[in-house]
Amino acid sequence: MDSALFPEGVKRCSAKVFFLWTLPWLALLAWGGLSAFLCLWKGLNQTNMSDYFAFALWIVFDLAIIALGAGAFFTGFLTYIIGKKELKDIINATVIIGFICYSGAVAMLGIDIGQPIRGWFIFWHVNVHSMLAEVSFCITVYLAVLAIEYLPLILENKKLQEIREIRLFGHNLHGIMAVFAATGTFLSFFHQGSLGGLYGVMYARPFAFREGFYVWPWTFFLFVLSAIAAGPSFTILCTKLAEKITRKKLVPNKAFQTLAKISGWLLGVYIVLKIADTLNWIYGVVPRAGLTFADFYKEGPYGVWLVAAEIVVFGVVPAIILLIPKARQNEGWLVAGCLMNCTGIVLNRFVFTVVTLAIPVMPFEKFVSYLPTWQEWGIALAVIGYGFLLFSLSYRYLPVFPKERLLNPATESLESRRV
Amino acid sequence: MEESQDDAYKYGMVIDLDKCTGCGTCMIACAAENNLAVRPDESDKQRSITWMRLYKFTNGKEFPDTEICYIPRPCMHCHHHTPCVSVCPATATQTDYHTGIVSQIYTRCIGCRYCIAACPYHARVFGWWDGYFPKGKGLERYLSPEVEVRMRGVVEKCTFCSHRLMRARTQAYAEDRTDLEENEYITACAEVCPAQAITFGDLNNPDHQVSKLSKSPYAFRLLERLGTAPKVYYLSTKDWVRRMADNYLPGEPVTKANAG
Repeated sequence: MDSALFPEGVKRCSAKVFFLWTLPWLALLAWGGLSAFLCLWKGLNQTNMSDYFAFALWIVFDLAIIALGAGAFFTGFLTYIIGKKELKDIINATVIIGFICYSGAVAMLGIDIGQPIRGWFIFWHVNVHSMLAEVSFCITVYLAVLAIEYLPLILENKKLQEIREIRLFGHNLHGIMAVFAATGTFLSFFHQGSLGGLYGVMYARPFAFREGFYVWPWTFFLFVLSAIAAGPSFTILCTKLAEKITRKKLVPNKAFQTLAKISGWLLGVYIVLKIADTLNWIYGVVPRAGLTFADFYKEGPYGVWLVAAEIVVFGVVPAIILLIPKARQNEGWLVAGCLMNCTGIVLNRFVFTVVTLAIPVMPFEKFVSYLPTWQEWGIALAVIGYGFLLFSLSYRYLPVFPKERLLNPATESLESRRV
Repeated sequence: MEESQDDAYKYGMVIDLDKCTGCGTCMIACAAENNLAVRPDESDKQRSITWMRLYKFTNGKEFPDTEICYIPRPCMHCHHHTPCVSVCPATATQTDYHTGIVSQIYTRCIGCRYCIAACPYHARVFGWWDGYFPKGKGLERYLSPEVEVRMRGVVEKCTFCSHRLMRARTQAYAEDRTDLEENEYITACAEVCPAQAITFGDLNNPDHQVSKLSKSPYAFRLLERLGTAPKVYYLSTKDWVRRMADNYLPGEPVTKANAG
């Protein structure tokens, strides 16, 4: 029915099947839409956030998806600046994933703030000393960069390519992609870092506070490093998932191997530095505040197991898996390694957000717990639904994977039968 | 942004915990003076709007050695690198180093709640609901025209009743003078405390009672060692109370006030 819009020489499922596929994601979007409406109409009391839990599920999700979406800028950096040609086969997918992550995060933030219509004050009345101001600036500009990087892919749709002006415009955009890749790298370095700085500068919250270099706490650098370690892994996971669902090979193995190896090395370096920073914190910041390491992990579900999980189980182990070539080349181990890597980074974002706020600073204040409401889940899961939907639409109508035809040569005869 | 000026005022508070009976009048006076919104059901203390909060803690011992302490906690108006001010992305909160008051601009606040996360004293609260003043019950009659009623979705906190400073300054100006008398500008909580446990004034003025009391050997501040330099001092002759004001490693002696 819509086969005229398909990329050249590839097989796609029928429109009816595709429509059925979109239904669960549309349902998630509907749930999210209702939740967003309620939060905007009735206020943030629709959530379980409180004066103790000022940041909660949405902020954890925001930080997590921005860290995972780092694959976009980092792959762009590796492809256009470092010159890893094999990554050209996966760069389009990373751009789409990045766009989904950043646009989803910005949409979620629009609901998260108490006065969404005043969101622009963060630019107009900016406090240059605030890490959050830096985050907002860089994320907004980077979202624009991602949109510009996504545009040429959209313009490559078969029907749109028939229009000469679009063909030329898209072709010219391709030529200057390196500029945008460089800009994206620069912006991303700063906002990934500032997200870490967000927590590291809170000197009155000993759990989150870190010393650092000049105005940048160590968490600034750790967050950048963990983002570029997890981003490529997330790209691998999403692409492997796409391959599983479409039952096709979409990307040559070399691209996966390059990303996995780099991801493994970066994760390894990150874990070493993370352990060093944690020890520095345990023996520096913590006793200076009159506390011990055990003081932070004695209440509620947030025990020392969290530290072991984040650093060892989902840190050291996936780093080892991804660094061993034989393990990387085995699909099961590769996916396991990437999944554990991403989980570790999400856990790190969770700990800095939720556990920081759960733990009291004043001795006579109590430990507080929190569970999200269905409205909070609605909005968070809507981003996932949006992601699946946008990626599916892109895959169906745009030449996302340049090597798809090469890797699936049997399509010619099948297509003639389909007509 | 200078942190100390010779001619600057430094409005602060001293709360004598040996006198505080825990009656809660300070909380009520603050709520009435500053148009604090209410909820039909106020039982969720984690989301109710309270600028002055009364805490109660004990020394943890069994009868007959149990001792109780009540501690009223307004905003500390931190003087050094104010944690909430430095993190606000929209410049909706500022430390005025001429008076020492940390103010909040409600119409500029976007409600991101970063300041709430940064404040270790839980002095800041968020408007989770639209402001509600039940009609026909008399609550709307006490609303003060000098204090803004806040919309939902913004952060608010104790302002050291800065509108009363404005009122005192206006009065002084009308009387052709610039200086304020000691008790011309005091907060609602200090004015109303039946035990006279709360003293308010200019910490920089050696004649002010608050300045003398803050130099007492029994004076201390909450979370002194974090380095926030609060302008709210507490007095207590009891060591165990002082020990509850900050985190101490086992065996560490309690900090002396005015140490930072």
